[in-house]
Amino acid sequence: MTDAAALLPLRSQWRPVWERLRGNRAALAGAALFAGLLVFVSIGPILWMVDPWAIDPDNRNQGPSLGHPLGTDQLGRDLLARLMVGGRITLAVGVMAMLIGVGLGTLVGVMAGYFRRLDGVLMRLTDLFLALPMLPILLVLVLLFREALAARLGEATGIFLLVVGAIGLTSWMHTARIVRADVMTLKERDFITAAQAIGTPPRRIITRHVLPNVLSPVIVSATLGVAGAIMIESALSFLGMGFPPDVPTWGRMVHDAVDYLQQFPGRVLWPGAFISLTVLSVNYLGDGLRAALDPRGI
Amino acid sequence: MLTYTMRRLALAVPTLLLISLIVFLLLELAPGDPMAQMPLTIPPEVREQMRIALGLGEPWYVRYVAWLHMVFVVEPSHMLAAATGVDLAAEGSRLLSWQSRAPVAEIIAQRLPQTLWVVGLSYLFGILVAVPLGVASARRPHSWLDTIGTFIAMAGFSVPTFFTGVLLIVIFSVTLGWLPSMYDTTLEVTDWDSLRRQAAQLAMPVTVLALYNAAQISRYVRAATLDNLAQDYVRAVRARGMSERAVLYLHVLRNAMIPVVTVIALGVPNIFAGAIITEQIFRVNGIGELLISAIHANDIPMVQTLTFLFAVLIVLFNLLADILYGMLDPRIRYD
Repeated sequence: MTDAAALLPLRSQWRPVWERLRGNRAALAGAALFAGLLVFVSIGPILWMVDPWAIDPDNRNQGPSLGHPLGTDQLGRDLLARLMVGGRITLAVGVMAMLIGVGLGTLVGVMAGYFRRLDGVLMRLTDLFLALPMLPILLVLVLLFREALAARLGEATGIFLLVVGAIGLTSWMHTARIVRADVMTLKERDFITAAQAIGTPPRRIITRHVLPNVLSPVIVSATLGVAGAIMIESALSFLGMGFPPDVPTWGRMVHDAVDYLQQFPGRVLWPGAFISLTVLSVNYLGDGLRAALDPRGI
Repeated sequence: MLTYTMRRLALAVPTLLLISLIVFLLLELAPGDPMAQMPLTIPPEVREQMRIALGLGEPWYVRYVAWLHMVFVVEPSHMLAAATGVDLAAEGSRLLSWQSRAPVAEIIAQRLPQTLWVVGLSYLFGILVAVPLGVASARRPHSWLDTIGTFIAMAGFSVPTFFTGVLLIVIFSVTLGWLPSMYDTTLEVTDWDSLRRQAAQLAMPVTVLALYNAAQISRYVRAATLDNLAQDYVRAVRARGMSERAVLYLHVLRNAMIPVVTVIALGVPNIFAGAIITEQIFRVNGIGELLISAIHANDIPMVQTLTFLFAVLIVLFNLLADILYGMLDPRIRYD
């Protein structure tokens, strides 16, 4: 009895968040949809064992049939299989770029918020990055390093690392600002002062006390960051400055299908709808998480 | 206020210089050779002379300063001379596009009107949709209207502009055949018929961007209206017996627009960037399309200038937003 009571506060740390999130139908629908999309791209290729790269000149530009539920593209490749494989790449880019962006943003935010000496420099840097025109810079980055990285690491890997790195390096600023503001208010709190008073080194204060307390904004940033990264990746691919034609990301598939828009308008709809649904579901989830993690939450 | 404005303007100069340096250096790394498209029969020594003629023989800092001089002194003076007819043009060679050998500023000046039409109209329509939608959502939070408004905003925010654009083409050009899917720049508005054609070809690009803008702005309108509705002055106005319409449109909206106006100012550079994609879909030959074609053609002076132009937009509108905020809200004092 007493044991259970002692354990209760520990267990219930995330419980109110979950309760609030459970009350938010839009966020739950977003989470369910995103989970469904994850299942589609992860388990899909195991069940639907059609080679997404297999070229079949006799069956080009086919409409939906039993053999090809969504039809085939201009080279006779199965659209459903390409959607599944393309989704893997698109989602992987989204998650990896988010990890870089949020990781970098948290690092910069904590450093700037905790160490006053670094604050000025780091925040000027953040302002500078915010003033850079992102889409043109990303296009230029891809243009500059595509060949070099593709030659060194192979076409697909090189482009993947380049796109992930470029998006990550240009999307950390908002996380950094939010985290910095949170760290600055945290620093004035008594438990941090107490930790400093007993001689805890800054490194341990940050890992033990600061980071767990800025987790909420970081989680929200991370969720919304996935959506943002997917948007940017598909925009780059759509402009033809992302993945090469044989790597079917959703954005690349829209890019390829646009040339056949007049004859086969249906082909552009599937990848476009998948991008939109993914971003929409992640945004709804992120919005719900923000409301649920806010202690003043309504 | 004036001193604050001057201080911010002074601070914008080093920021812009730093950005111009970054943009310049980034493109210095470009592996693309402007000579790559020249015939292989050109002897190496002639090729070297051509490189020097393009200014590639100098070290990067010399070229950076020369570029700055061209962007800030030579080109503006030529533009001014062309606009006023007075011979003000500064000495020195002009900044030429490697692709067309024409001055960069002139090409941009040719392309800019198309972009400004699309971007300007879409922003106008976006605001016209967003304000009533946001106010209506805030009036009855969590009503069905608010839920639909939230969904529209979320969808407008989440569906990439290239997909909305393609979707509109499929519906209105391919299936219904009502609107042209390609923008015709040669069209000159001279009579009613050409005006109608101009409106028809602007309809889809403007709708795509307007939807995206409306989605963003309506959220801010909603939040700002909700904030204001909870204030004491609203209760006081209601206690004086004013109609709900008067409360909303005479008192709340005016106060709610203060943060919204700054958001609108901050959003301007974003929609120029959004226009890059929209112009690509509808083949509008504006500056976005110019940037993409310049990137594909390794036209470095053009890419540098355009990228820098986008950066100037960001810095300028950030500044404008801050100044507007101070002017509109007397509680904000920067000094």
